[in-house]
Amino acid sequence: MSDTLFPIAIFFASIFTGNILLTNYLGMCSFLAVSKELETSAGLGIAVTFVLTVTTPLNWLVYKFLLVPFGLEYLRFIVFIIVIAAFVQLIEMAIERYSEGLYYALGIFLPLITVNCAILGASLFMVIREYNFVSSIFFGLGSGLGWFIAIVAMAGIRQKLRTAKVPPGLEGAGITLVIAGFMAMAFMGFSGMIAVS
Amino acid sequence: MIVTLLISIGIISLIAVFLALLMVIADATIGNYGQVQISINDGAKQLQVQGGQPLLKTLNQEGIFIPSACGGRGSCGLCKVQVVEGGQAYLPTELPWISEEERKSNVRLSCQYKVKSDIAILVPEELFLVRQFDTIVESIKDLTHDIKEVRLKLIDPPQIDAKAGQFIQFVVPEYGDVDESVYRAYSMASAPSDNKHIELEIRLVPNGICTTYVHNYLKVGDKVTVNGPYGDFYLRDNDHDIICIAGGSGMAPIKSILLDLAEKGSQRKATYFFGARSKRDLFLVDEMKQLESKLAGFTFVPALSEPSPEDNWEGQIGLITEVVKRNILDGSNSDAYLCGSPGMIDACIKVLQELGVPQERIYYDKF
Repeated sequence: MSDTLFPIAIFFASIFTGNILLTNYLGMCSFLAVSKELETSAGLGIAVTFVLTVTTPLNWLVYKFLLVPFGLEYLRFIVFIIVIAAFVQLIEMAIERYSEGLYYALGIFLPLITVNCAILGASLFMVIREYNFVSSIFFGLGSGLGWFIAIVAMAGIRQKLRTAKVPPGLEGAGITLVIAGFMAMAFMGFSGMIAVS
Repeated sequence: MIVTLLISIGIISLIAVFLALLMVIADATIGNYGQVQISINDGAKQLQVQGGQPLLKTLNQEGIFIPSACGGRGSCGLCKVQVVEGGQAYLPTELPWISEEERKSNVRLSCQYKVKSDIAILVPEELFLVRQFDTIVESIKDLTHDIKEVRLKLIDPPQIDAKAGQFIQFVVPEYGDVDESVYRAYSMASAPSDNKHIELEIRLVPNGICTTYVHNYLKVGDKVTVNGPYGDFYLRDNDHDIICIAGGSGMAPIKSILLDLAEKGSQRKATYFFGARSKRDLFLVDEMKQLESKLAGFTFVPALSEPSPEDNWEGQIGLITEVVKRNILDGSNSDAYLCGSPGMIDACIKVLQELGVPQERIYYDKF
């Protein structure tokens, strides 16, 4: 594949074939907890997409220009987390100040995102898979959109599920995990489409 | 080896310092809302405050105490304030506590609502009377196996003006494993005339932050901070008969009400039903019996629901609702004051209505 097309392929691959939530099961806790309502799910999904799109390339820069030159790759876990936490904090303050509407839509979800493992996961994958800067942007955006699609789909299913008879032992998180499994299998149907790791 | 170690420490510190600097700059620029004006009750009071903080905290710093049981974490829903001008959209953390009616009149949860621009708010007048008091523990007494009476002496300010039946908030400092200061509400058991002291009756709740503190940590001579008075559960001045019903530490506000009646030389007919499980849960019986001689129309009716054989109990037996039903024939000319658990109060309200007590004359304090 040509170098110019590679980021585009990564973008689609990270939405469908390599969906960070459904193939790697990252970001599960907020996925299970928040997917009850369609509206809040969409809010959290947008917030995750936004933070992923920015922190993945940001961490790429930190990794490439601060950690690699000094041979400190082993510190990436802690450094990535610090960068993500600080960035989320900054974003929250900025949104609160300048965009009232967005703050009321995303505001309470932003602090939650600091500890969403999909965010850290994307940064770590980008290192392992040796993406370049542009690819890391597309990877972040794609992963975020993949997460968004997954949680919104789950919220839709769970809203229908309210009228369904669920065996008592499976109510709540149980049935949600089972459904997540089915969704993951459904997404495997995309696997012939693009193969990029 | 040492060099790599130093380099890694250096790089990590560099990143941390850079991010911290960024945060400080952001705090001073993005997070700085400058001075804002708060106009209270149509301009009756004007405050000039630093913006960006929750309304509850801002008002607290200015000496206006809005009652809140959870201490501003958005989990009790008590600290409602009406923001008539300048309010922003509702936060998702407020909505569970705000009814459709309240939304229309712009009632906000003041611990969640941040003051970012000039606003106008309405605060009930009586909250201006609320003060923070520095006090010292004068005595601690065991009333029963799990209820303690704590008597506080007011230091600064030296005097509290409360109505009989109102409550205060007790500020619990950090202690033991509790690493955050919290406050909890307790009714005052002392008479309003005893305005240099506050008496509380506190039952030990297993794992309760405040009750554990009071029962296991608090000593005579300790400093305690309280604020108050709060609440619309207080003695109404009229000539109706009075029915009081309480259980456990619900004794406190009722005691205050009865002492107040006695001091005023009231001739109102008053009956006080006090429910307990067995004799070991009864307390202040002698004091109440003494009140019967001081207070012309007063009868004290203690009742046990499960007296144990060794109690030799000759008084009323049964659930408090049954005892009330047995002893009150017609409640249509009565005011009722109830204090106790929500279950008990709901059951009593039902019985009192059956006995003819008008609903608007039933006052209660659920805890």
